[in-house]
Amino acid sequence: MTAPPVIEVEDAVVAFGDRVVLDGVSLTVAPGEVLAVLGANGSGKSTLIRAALGLVPLAAGRVRLFGTPATRRSRQVRRRIGYVPQRLGAGSGVPATVGEVVSSGRLARRGLVRRTRARDREAVRAALAAVGLADRAADPVASLSGGQQQRVLIARALAGEPELLILDEPTAGVDAASQEAFAAALDAFVRGGGTVVLVAHELGPLEPLVGRAVVVHLGRIVHDGPVPPPAGHHARPGHDHVHPHAATHDTGMWS
Amino acid sequence: MGIFDHEFMLRALLGALITGLIAPALGTYLVQRRLALIGDGIGHIALTGVGLGLLTGTAPVLTAVAVAAVGAVAVELVRQRGRTSGDIALALLFYGGISGGVFLVALSANKTNANLIAYLFGSPLTTSRADLAVMAVLGAAVLAVTLLLRPWLFAVCHDEEHARVAGLPVRALNVTLAVTTAVTVTVAMRAVGLLLVSALMVVPVAAAQQVARGFRATMRLAMGIGVVAAGAGIWVAGTYDTAPGATIVLVAIAGFLTVAVGSGAWRAWRRAAAGARRGPAAETEPPEVVLQR
Repeated sequence: MTAPPVIEVEDAVVAFGDRVVLDGVSLTVAPGEVLAVLGANGSGKSTLIRAALGLVPLAAGRVRLFGTPATRRSRQVRRRIGYVPQRLGAGSGVPATVGEVVSSGRLARRGLVRRTRARDREAVRAALAAVGLADRAADPVASLSGGQQQRVLIARALAGEPELLILDEPTAGVDAASQEAFAAALDAFVRGGGTVVLVAHELGPLEPLVGRAVVVHLGRIVHDGPVPPPAGHHARPGHDHVHPHAATHDTGMWS
Repeated sequence: MGIFDHEFMLRALLGALITGLIAPALGTYLVQRRLALIGDGIGHIALTGVGLGLLTGTAPVLTAVAVAAVGAVAVELVRQRGRTSGDIALALLFYGGISGGVFLVALSANKTNANLIAYLFGSPLTTSRADLAVMAVLGAAVLAVTLLLRPWLFAVCHDEEHARVAGLPVRALNVTLAVTTAVTVTVAMRAVGLLLVSALMVVPVAAAQQVARGFRATMRLAMGIGVVAAGAGIWVAGTYDTAPGATIVLVAIAGFLTVAVGSGAWRAWRRAAAGARRGPAAETEPPEVVLQR
């Protein structure tokens, strides 16, 4: 194999004050994989990908993206990553159109001086079409539903033509129509050879796309392999070991 | 004979128009970042620069730019830490700035309180040709940054975390915005004064975002409202002999109220008309998934 893993996390430890959120987690994602990171709220699953992205500092361990250490991650590496946060940032006091937000995902591919080229406009247009919002480019983002806003964020990531797409809870609180549009966009991205890491509470219509799942619990990876059956956590082998406080911690994990 | 036949009135008008154009252009980013009041704080800090200038016999505009720029970068550093103690740090900076200014101005013996009032609340009628030249040059620099870097500044203000992941030069852009805020405050000092600067950065944007659909549209409309308010304010002040800085701000606020009431009425009318046409059950999704409005 010539290409290095897309993501390599080794013995990562993340702590907020005294609270250890990630407790020595290792994870390798190969090119073309579609990985779901599952776990209950507060399990550390979001922290795992935020650490991989360099958004939270590591107390120990190391992270490589496309074979490059996090410390000297150049713009060339960063623009291969498309990040889809859970929600639109809070800094949206001024209205912005869907087109403006999606175009901002293209900036990493443009130099600071170079003007927008036809190629950039085409990428933005294609990204909007991929999430089924081609006709909404001129509309204010605030006029869209939550699910549509989520699709705008995916289009913003796609506009940069990334090789790796990292999504944080993309389906949380999203209507059925948006989930389907979402699954279609991801499917097209994967067919094009892209790698996907998605953090989720539940997979819903995305499940057929997912090839591998890790389950994070109390800051550790407790399952790595095929998607565990959503029938209920009590059916999972080893459940009693990893859920000592099952009655309080597990409710709602797969429901 | 019209009031603008006097050269000093013309200079006042030009200075106010420059301010009315650039303050909302920069203010759009501040409002988007929910930092609407930061211009006020930078204005406080700039007063120390004014005091330094008066004391040392340097042009106050230049010392104000320098001190305000240092202060703005300090504010930006506090903001990046993002902790609750940041609030206190900002208060120390702002009140330290304004007291330092008052202290230094008082120290410069031959200056009186009237001078201080001019810097705090503006004195466009005393704009000299040299003042106007400095305002034009600095104003052009602010316009260049706010217009040419719009996509990048928009990306950083809209979603800083995403911009960082995408590899945009977030820190450089933040510092650029901070320094540009300082320059804008200093340019606006002559027309509306350091204590009213923030109003011209925020009120036109607040008016524009009632009706504009996008970021660029908001910025353009806010700049238009700012220019009209500045021009009308100087005209009212010259004609009825009112305080020019305060008049400009009051005109801008009147504009905001007009737009807010007008657009509210328009929306209510449209909703009523649409409701009458297709009846109630138009909701396709539960309202709790809509993030805003």
